[in-house]
Amino acid sequence: MSRITACFEKLKKSGRKVLIPYVTAGDPTPAVTLPLMHEMVRAGADIIELGVPFSDPMADGPVIQAASERALSYQISLRDVMDMVQRFRLTDKATPVILMGYLNPIEVMGYDTFARSAAQAGVDGVLTVDLPPEEGHDFLAALNEQLLDPIFLIAPTSTEERIKLITDNASGFVYYVAIKGVTGASDLDVDDVAAHLEKIRKQTDLPIGVGFGIKDADSAARVAQVADAVVVGSAIVKRVAEHIDAPEKINDAVTGLLGVLRHAIDTAED
Amino acid sequence: MSSNIQSGSKSFTSLPDSSGHFGEYGGMFVAETLMAPLAELRFAYERYRDDARFQAELDADLANYVGRPSPLYFAEHLTEKVGGARIYLKREDLNHTGAHKINNTVGQILLARNMGKKRIIAETGAGQHGVATATVAARLGMECVVYMGSEDIKRQALNVYRMRLLGAEVVAVESGSKTLKDALNEAMRDWVTNIDTTFYIIGTVAGPHPYPAMVRDFQTIIGREARQQIQEQAGRLPDALVACVGGGSNAIGLFYPFLEDKDVAIYGVEAAGNGLQTGRHAAPLCAGRPGVLHGNRTYLMEDSDGQIIETHSISAGLDYPGVGPEHAWLKDVGRAEYVAIADDEALDAFHSLTRVEGIIPALESSHAVAYASKLAAGMSPDEIVLVNLSGRGDKDIHTVAERDGIKV
Ligand SMILES: Cc1ncc(COP(=O)(O)O)c(C=O)c1O
Repeated sequence: MSRITACFEKLKKSGRKVLIPYVTAGDPTPAVTLPLMHEMVRAGADIIELGVPFSDPMADGPVIQAASERALSYQISLRDVMDMVQRFRLTDKATPVILMGYLNPIEVMGYDTFARSAAQAGVDGVLTVDLPPEEGHDFLAALNEQLLDPIFLIAPTSTEERIKLITDNASGFVYYVAIKGVTGASDLDVDDVAAHLEKIRKQTDLPIGVGFGIKDADSAARVAQVADAVVVGSAIVKRVAEHIDAPEKINDAVTGLLGVLRHAIDTAED
Repeated sequence: MSSNIQSGSKSFTSLPDSSGHFGEYGGMFVAETLMAPLAELRFAYERYRDDARFQAELDADLANYVGRPSPLYFAEHLTEKVGGARIYLKREDLNHTGAHKINNTVGQILLARNMGKKRIIAETGAGQHGVATATVAARLGMECVVYMGSEDIKRQALNVYRMRLLGAEVVAVESGSKTLKDALNEAMRDWVTNIDTTFYIIGTVAGPHPYPAMVRDFQTIIGREARQQIQEQAGRLPDALVACVGGGSNAIGLFYPFLEDKDVAIYGVEAAGNGLQTGRHAAPLCAGRPGVLHGNRTYLMEDSDGQIIETHSISAGLDYPGVGPEHAWLKDVGRAEYVAIADDEALDAFHSLTRVEGIIPALESSHAVAYASKLAAGMSPDEIVLVNLSGRGDKDIHTVAERDGIKV
């Protein structure tokens, strides 16, 4: 069983929802990321989503775009990100780590090399934003061979056929994008999310994480009532961005928010 | 001239396949939210492509609004100066708004209207596509938002003002390198946020399927006319075609109707900027490698980590790190050859055409004229080189003056 599946099962047994914070690797400096990952686990993160910086993050809003640019000013590469995961694994063997990014850095490395190195480093899942299953045949084969979970997005626009195609190719969990838009947008409509999740659950038993647009305790609690996992990205990256001139304050700023989210999720009525 | 084809009897006009691939290139590399809207667009496009009323309306607009057919002009004086093959110019510079870009925007906006969309968005680099989009949006009374890198806004103030006069909102893009590629990213972000109301008019044969095929189809009017005109004027097909390649829309528009004419050699001209060996250029086909950007797999300018790198060209319209996937395929199968012309050579051609023919070419088109002149010089006077003069140079006067140390 993959570390991601095990994590979902364990929390399900204890009646809790999975909290997945996102940070961009190397933001605002390479030294910040590893300690921040450990601190996030201490503050209640169940799974960590680690963003691989890319020059052209087409699906991201301004907050995560800026994070990518800060990391790239240190030339953080896909290989550097995997090194961070490897170092994280020296002391944390339990918390699943998902890489989230765009296809081109992986293309350049080569699918097989990437999958082998990622598995060796201790990566558990890979979400490639701009790779729909239709284009993913060879990539999925490479991930599957290394027992890495392919994580796919499902959107408000996804048709039933597309939901089937995606869930047939995914493992670990699927990631429902709560809004039409880019990361960091607001206007989350939880009733609408609930209706979509119902449609997805008709087609799969995989757990469903929900992200894009969750920014505070209230939205996290409401989403936790209908989803299996809550993914929070821009709200966390914003905390990082507020402290780029005082990086020693980043851990507290992020864990402060995570503590609030954790509490909100755990006390949300089911 | 011998043809430059390796693969004997194969058809060059059967792609893309149903999933939008040209061999290993093209495809749909976008976030899930866009997959269904792209399918909807493809469905609408395929329906109207074969619809007689849609085509009749498009033909009428091309004739009466754009001013087609554009002339094919025998450039006698340039031919004389070069001293070799006869050079013909396909005068896309004479279209309304001064470039080939409008062939595509009149087509896409009709499609937008038929799909019930009320809001138009576009990306632009030099501003030519932005102007061509703002123009047709003004005509159909649609809201229009154009994304433009803040660096390009500085370089192309005249076109920015033209767009605003036409009623478009020009949004400065401050992310990344603040140029065309970032404008395209930002337009995609707008589209994904406003898909229900908005039609995204992409300005070149890039982006996810169906854009590369759709924009090509709207631009092939160039090659269809040219193929007929050259036969009327010269009694035969040309020996070579030459067009500049930014994203590749004017080039594929000229090339496509000639792809099965195996004795016609085909040359796409990229921007060599300061020279290919300096790394400061915009020539992904000549000096890049395959990767994935903006929804398709194609040749890219990227670093060893797969990050897209900044491009350099005196011509803003060629300043793009990718290229249409069909060109990537035509290169690999050997049906077309891709070459590069440096800033200085393009400037020489700009002055030369202006002086001997009284035609001020766009800096983009000057790259094609420069290569065609080199090519023609090595050919015989009974041979023919047909060049796509994709646009007029009025927009570039300031850039040229500045290079020449003159203040206008
Ligand atoms: C006159 C002209 N020619 C060529 C181009 C390059 O685009 P494409 O390669 O799509 O024809 C542009 C782009 O702005 C242009 O304005």
